[in-house]
Amino acid sequence: MADTFGILIDGREAIAHEGETILDVLRRAQVETPTLCTHEHLTPAKACRACVVDLKGSRALVASCERKAEPGMEVRTDSERVQNARRGVFELLLSQNDVSTAPSLAAQAESLGADPDRYSGRRYEKGFFDDNQLYVRDYDKCILCYRCVEACGPDVQNTFALTVAGRGFNAGIAAGFGETLPDSACVFCGNCVAVCPTGALMDRREHSLRSEGRWDESRYDVVQTTCSYCGVGCQLELHVDRASNEIVKVTSPMDHSITQGFLCVKGRYGYSFVEAGAE
Amino acid sequence: MHEPVLLQRQATPARDLGTYLASGGLAGLKKAREIGAEETVRIVTESGLVGRGGAGFPTGRKWESVRMAQDPERYFVLNADESEPGTFKDRVMIDVDPYMVLEGVLIACYAISATRAYIYIRGEYRREAQILQCCAEELAAAGYLEGLGPEGSALSIEIRRGGGAYICGEETALFRSIEGYRGEPMSKPPFPTVAGLFRKPTAINNVETIANVPDIVTRGPAWLRTLGTPRSPGIKLFSVSGHVERPGVYELPFGVPLRELLDLAGAHDLQAILLGGAAGTFVFPRDFDMPLSYEAAQEHHATLGSGALIAFDHETNLWRVAERLGSFFAHESCGQCVPCRVGTRRQHEMLETLAEGRGGSDERDLLVRLSQVMTDASICGLGQTASTAVRSLIEAEAEGLLAV
Ligand SMILES: Cc1cc2nc3c(=O)[nH]c(=O)nc-3n(C[C@H](O)[C@H](O)[C@H](O)COP(=O)(O)O)c2cc1C
Ligand code: SF4
Ligand code: SF4
Ligand code: SF4
Ligand code: FES
Repeated sequence: MADTFGILIDGREAIAHEGETILDVLRRAQVETPTLCTHEHLTPAKACRACVVDLKGSRALVASCERKAEPGMEVRTDSERVQNARRGVFELLLSQNDVSTAPSLAAQAESLGADPDRYSGRRYEKGFFDDNQLYVRDYDKCILCYRCVEACGPDVQNTFALTVAGRGFNAGIAAGFGETLPDSACVFCGNCVAVCPTGALMDRREHSLRSEGRWDESRYDVVQTTCSYCGVGCQLELHVDRASNEIVKVTSPMDHSITQGFLCVKGRYGYSFVEAGAE
Repeated sequence: MHEPVLLQRQATPARDLGTYLASGGLAGLKKAREIGAEETVRIVTESGLVGRGGAGFPTGRKWESVRMAQDPERYFVLNADESEPGTFKDRVMIDVDPYMVLEGVLIACYAISATRAYIYIRGEYRREAQILQCCAEELAAAGYLEGLGPEGSALSIEIRRGGGAYICGEETALFRSIEGYRGEPMSKPPFPTVAGLFRKPTAINNVETIANVPDIVTRGPAWLRTLGTPRSPGIKLFSVSGHVERPGVYELPFGVPLRELLDLAGAHDLQAILLGGAAGTFVFPRDFDMPLSYEAAQEHHATLGSGALIAFDHETNLWRVAERLGSFFAHESCGQCVPCRVGTRRQHEMLETLAEGRGGSDERDLLVRLSQVMTDASICGLGQTASTAVRSLIEAEAEGLLAV
């Protein structure tokens, strides 16, 4: 095929398709690659640097999630330099972030052999925002992956309620100029919550259950259904507590042809009405 | 004695267009328009001029790729953001010879058929922004911008003042800033010559780089190489500050020994200098015979950067200096990527400890380890070089070169 070509990964030939990123090729070749910020439906933010690889001819390491594969590329992922950089990224994050609701981050850090106590120092104090009925924001957990900004902005929602404010260590996600969410442009679609990898954004129901020590994923069944609010046909996954028959959360599959994982306020947060009807 | 080129009008600055014309001004632009764009770019390429903003990229090659771009919409940007600590040469350049800077801009715009020129100037340089604005208006009124714009129209020059962020001097962040977004660097590739300002082919140059252009075009491709060294042709402006008797901007041909510059500025019995700005390295007296050229700097594991030189006497606690640099980077990081956002913060915290005389080999080892992560994994030059000076200091200390 004209649009496939070979690249070298750690000295082994791998097939790449035109338009693919280096990360796409790495994944197909089953080369384990840590990632935090990249998301299948969002523009690569190339911000976390967990996925860096050593590309021959490039002075600094490059983000494999962003860089497109090109014929003849020679990529190394197994060098000490790459491992050290990746481990460093996780060690820096562990030195400032609450990762208690970020199991994937914690697992990747562990498999890289990251030392959580490598760096000491001041922690991020971005605060906990509880300003609306549907979800809470705990920015001490935020790794600034930009996913919520992109989902709220041009990639999905086109609402532009969220932005990055501040510089350096003080950079953080903000709704408008320090506004509360209800005062911002937010339409409460919850799509930012759906893509947040750290639990910094969390549905109110999940947050309450967790803080009462009652969140237990082993007790939940996932029931597939189609949203009945309008004719678009969004697929919903209802996370239902087997014992109480309560819906604890609504998501949509990231690979669904219509939603790609994204919903509107009615689909995601309208479940309180379903329950109200049942009562 | 070197006959000044960039600072040729320093003694009698050209404050109005008449004076500038009377002292040979605009001859470069006239010649460029006679010989055509292709030939103009060829002269600049052959002259050996490379960027003076820090990265040292060949100017002619940059122009040639924009000139040859398919897209008729393309831009020229003058980078006058000058925010590197200890660097003030661009300010002096604009102050001393604003018309020469603008003539360089006009030649560049002509050479690449620019749709429009932008001048991005450091916010604090209010006065310099006004000077450029007045001079640009005068040039427009006298008809010198005619025919330089798209399809034979008059070129428009837009001056934008920065908002006080060092990162907006980085070219891709600068473009974002002009476009009205947050100043965050983008990945390269694509390079600005392919997708720069408004994602259009763009040539961006430093003020000093562009100030070389009128003379290069007037005097021909071989002239610049009569100055400097074979691998660093031409002249360089050095901003000298710190413990010297005569701080200021000095113009020298490349290859002059560092010691000569120190003598000119009146430096005595120094402990060290910081060469190349915050992202540069500490250089100690044993290396003061080093020639000031790109190649010699590289051999000495140093960098000329934008030509900043800060001198320190024996009383100075260099760890305190490093702590101040660390504070600068932590403050100026855009915050986009983890190695720099968190790394500059952790680096600064450790430097605070060392500046206070606490801490030991653990901090030093960790600083080196962190430096590697920041250098390798950061998105842009800020994070990649935020630990260069610190590393040079750790090495010098191990060799017993520090006084305090
Ligand atoms: C953090 C950072 C800050 C920079 N600041 C400046 C600046 O203030 N002025 C400048 O001319 N170049 C600056 N640069 C370099 C520019 O990105 C770019 O290379 C330069 O403007 C190109 O012009 P030249 O080829 O004429 O040097 C900076 C680079 C980085 C990474
Ligand atoms: S809930 Fe939707 S509209 Fe509100 S901030 Fe999140 S993505 Fe934007
Ligand atoms: S709130 Fe979540 S999605 Fe948004 S930047 Fe932080 S970690 Fe990423
Ligand atoms: S290296 Fe620093 S300044 Fe550059 S993009 Fe990353 S956070 Fe921003
Ligand atoms: S996953 Fe590639 S930079 Fe974050």
